[in-house]
Amino acid sequence: MRKIKFIATKEFYHILRDPKSLAIAIAMPIMMTFLYGYAINLDIEHVTIGIIDYDKTAESKELTDAFYESSYFSRPEVEVLDSDAEALLRSSHAIGLLYIRPGFSDALLNGRQFELGMTIDGSDNNLSAAVLNYSNGLVFQFMLDHLPHGVEIPKVDIATQNLYNPDLKSSHFFVPGLVALILMMISAMLTSITIAREKETGTMEQLLTAPVSPRQILLGKILPYIFLALLDGFLVLVVAKLFFGIPFAGSQLLLFAFGLIYVATALALGILISSLTKTQQVAMMLAQMTTLLPSVMLSGFIFPIKNMPLLLQLISNIVPARFFVVIIRGITLKGAGLEILAAQGLYLIILMAVLMLVAAKKFSTRIA
Amino acid sequence: MSHAVEINKLSRHFGSFKAVDEISLTVSHGEIFGFLGANGAGKTTAIRMLCGLLLPTGGNGTVAGCDIMKEPEKIKTKIGYMSQKFSLYGELTGRENINFYGSVYGMNKREISSRIDELTEKLQLQDLLHRQSHSLPVGWRQRLALAVALLHQPKIIFLDEPTGGVDPIFRRKFWSTLYDLGEEGITIFVTTHYMDEAEYCGRISIMHQGKIVEMGKPFDLVARHKAENLEQMFIGLINERGSSGA
Repeated sequence: MRKIKFIATKEFYHILRDPKSLAIAIAMPIMMTFLYGYAINLDIEHVTIGIIDYDKTAESKELTDAFYESSYFSRPEVEVLDSDAEALLRSSHAIGLLYIRPGFSDALLNGRQFELGMTIDGSDNNLSAAVLNYSNGLVFQFMLDHLPHGVEIPKVDIATQNLYNPDLKSSHFFVPGLVALILMMISAMLTSITIAREKETGTMEQLLTAPVSPRQILLGKILPYIFLALLDGFLVLVVAKLFFGIPFAGSQLLLFAFGLIYVATALALGILISSLTKTQQVAMMLAQMTTLLPSVMLSGFIFPIKNMPLLLQLISNIVPARFFVVIIRGITLKGAGLEILAAQGLYLIILMAVLMLVAAKKFSTRIA
Repeated sequence: MSHAVEINKLSRHFGSFKAVDEISLTVSHGEIFGFLGANGAGKTTAIRMLCGLLLPTGGNGTVAGCDIMKEPEKIKTKIGYMSQKFSLYGELTGRENINFYGSVYGMNKREISSRIDELTEKLQLQDLLHRQSHSLPVGWRQRLALAVALLHQPKIIFLDEPTGGVDPIFRRKFWSTLYDLGEEGITIFVTTHYMDEAEYCGRISIMHQGKIVEMGKPFDLVARHKAENLEQMFIGLINERGSSGA
């Protein structure tokens, strides 16, 4: 036990005195949060859409103004031709076209059902879905403002109703997932470097000629990084709260407990990588490859898993981030409790246990 | 235990490759034994087995009275090891490095600090205790590494090319330190590339393609092979044996 403590202490010295690892450990997660949080932004702002008004009434004019006065949409720079409005889409001068068909004003004033037409450039499906949703929202609001009191609101097609993210803010969706990504990447990278570095410099051999077991070395090395990774998690969550306004609906203790399991999983992956590699560079690259891409693509962080081909869905089951993304979104956005997240937690624990065992075994045999 | 190191037909095969092929030797207490051979001759593999880092695939032997096959962990507590690589933590100061390794060997603070005082005098460590070791010149680092190897008062130390990459003046000093240690009864098992250093050894062995091909006092070997000096003898011996496959 004493030896583990000394190895852990020594590891702390490494982190604190080496500006490089300190930068990776502290500055990088924060930088990544800002970068991803702001860069991955699916909110729409001043998206160009063309409005073709066939109704030509005071009401249709007002609807047009309502669209262009909102911060979401703006007018195309070129003139909209009634004869070939879609030219605008082809030339990318607009993302969507809204058709106000004749009879709009009549239907509005009499409280009848009515349909507006919309053509959207579907090549960016995230954007087009957002445009559709925002347009629906605007039209609905317009109806509310213009209908005489007591008249029933005519049927309006509202495509999606978003319970947990009423502003449709994509940062609410992304930032919690980002915590999962960052924790996985940083933890795996730091541990994979620490052992590879000792192999590279030769201190590992020196250490092994001393009466200390591989298991003691392993534990001594993991402990400081658990602490560090949890610190990272805390920092990233603080940024999430202060800069992106992520709500914390659920239990922080529960999040901490799951975070601990998740971080341990990532650290075990780092150990496994470093027992398979000889140099810091290779270890770092391998750690990035095995964490970054799967954690982005196969975790549900951006792309919904249920829309993936079966093979990818199956592979996603061994990506730890997949489970933690559900957990952290559940806790921060929806206030989900243990009873809802238990299954995810269990999967995560299984993954952690398997990775830990394999890593410890590989480490002991490769090193001796 | 009559000998510090005693091995009999010790082998280590990696698949069909015989890195070490049935070597036998004995080293007495307090002897400075030079373990020579060209690169790839199997020296490092042999030393790793003697230090308990690698299990042999054949043969048997004892180091400091402990069985190589059965008690590798016990051997570790009785020997000191210093390798050609920089085996210190660069971000730690000299004293912190020593403290760390001392604690790994299970020494308490008081033991370590009194040992540091002794070694400081013996190896002139005073200037390097408070500096981070990556800022030290190579020769100084090697002195610190030797201090680490001697920390827990081992009876045998294994030095794997301890003077690689350092200047002749430092090498001279280093060897005079080794002589002092030998006089205290510490057994020194050392590999080197420098033939002038090999001449300082009480006895040497020469390894070639996994086997020990020659062993004895340096000047006896020179005489036996009718060579002018150790270097000529070594080159002649290796050429004569040929280097099949190398």
